[in-house]
Amino acid sequence: MIRLNQVSFGYSKRNMLFENLDLQLEPGHIYGLLGKNGAGKSSLLRNMAGLLFPLAGKIDVLGYEPQKRLPAFLQDIFFIPEEIYLPSVTVDRYLSLMAPFYPKFDETQFRNYIAELDIPVANKLTGMSYGQKKKVLIAFALSTNTRVLIMDEPTNGLDIPSKSQFRRLVSAALDKDRLVLISTHQVRDLDNLIDAIIILEDSKIMIKHSLDIVAERLCFRELPSIEFDERVLYSEPSLRGYRAVFENSTQEESRVDLEHLFNAVLENPARISKIFA
Amino acid sequence: MEFKDKQAIYLQIADYICEQILLGKWPPGERIPSVRDLAAMIEVNPNTVMRTYDFLQGKEIIFNKRGIGYSADEKATEKILDYKKERFLATELPEFFKNIYLLGIDINELRTRYEKFVEEMYPLTK
Repeated sequence: MIRLNQVSFGYSKRNMLFENLDLQLEPGHIYGLLGKNGAGKSSLLRNMAGLLFPLAGKIDVLGYEPQKRLPAFLQDIFFIPEEIYLPSVTVDRYLSLMAPFYPKFDETQFRNYIAELDIPVANKLTGMSYGQKKKVLIAFALSTNTRVLIMDEPTNGLDIPSKSQFRRLVSAALDKDRLVLISTHQVRDLDNLIDAIIILEDSKIMIKHSLDIVAERLCFRELPSIEFDERVLYSEPSLRGYRAVFENSTQEESRVDLEHLFNAVLENPARISKIFA
Repeated sequence: MEFKDKQAIYLQIADYICEQILLGKWPPGERIPSVRDLAAMIEVNPNTVMRTYDFLQGKEIIFNKRGIGYSADEKATEKILDYKKERFLATELPEFFKNIYLLGIDINELRTRYEKFVEEMYPLTK
């Protein structure tokens, strides 16, 4: 559904953010995109949405080249950027302005989300708090029912109950024809919501796998000691020894800890590449 | 829903479903929540819940009737107990053995204590 073929991008030719990136994403999944600050996560998402153009290589989203920004492409993709700008109008006015661009937009669905997320409809969008604006946009994005939904740090600014509502709404919105791609630093917010992970590090895709595969190949749990244990890829001291990430040689089933997985990638990129090759 | 740290999520969801069945909240033959509904309820990816349902179907604890949805099997209670026993023997018992070995607890002492425990906690079954 989204295919990147040898894509390179940078803000100047000498300083490339990523080079020769290959990536293939399929519908029916919620992908989580992780990477350090400045790794190029947002730029990657913007390339997919047609807001930035690759310097080399080909991007295919839904059979379209995002760069061409064809109406048929734009009506089937929704992108929520990290920093949002909304016009100074009410929710109703926003709806009548924006909804016609999306043929599959469902107003009843939108009204339900707005009620569930506790958004004051009478207010102008500019008079709302950052979190409330974000919730309006999330509600709108889900109601467009586009086949591709990309969100850059969507849980930033959401209060505690809203994060839980966010997970519930996105979980309910997934179906086999839809692809959801979320970038985040707040991995705990997305725990259990994403089923596949993409880690962008050092201009490369280090991992792009379902969490089931990650759990097959790596084990996440405490170990009493880590010395002489060659399986260990990452560890940190804990009360009962070490919280560790290690090669899953005994088909043990454990719960993937995204934070530890990310640290393992940073500490042992070469071995991670080999395990997931 | 609170999840434990260690165990795979799909297994923790399986435990939750088994509990609902054992408690009689989801009686055999009656429809249980759909994959989508349960996923939204516990804020988990629907593919993970699908894996749980496949897993429980493989254990013949729940079954899927086309066009109707999933229900608990008539013999679900028995099968859940079998499954739980199997899991206990495979994962918790070795941990327990390790502890009594490290602490040097005599197996005969365990037997005495176990019998006393059953007598005190479950006097009617004696």
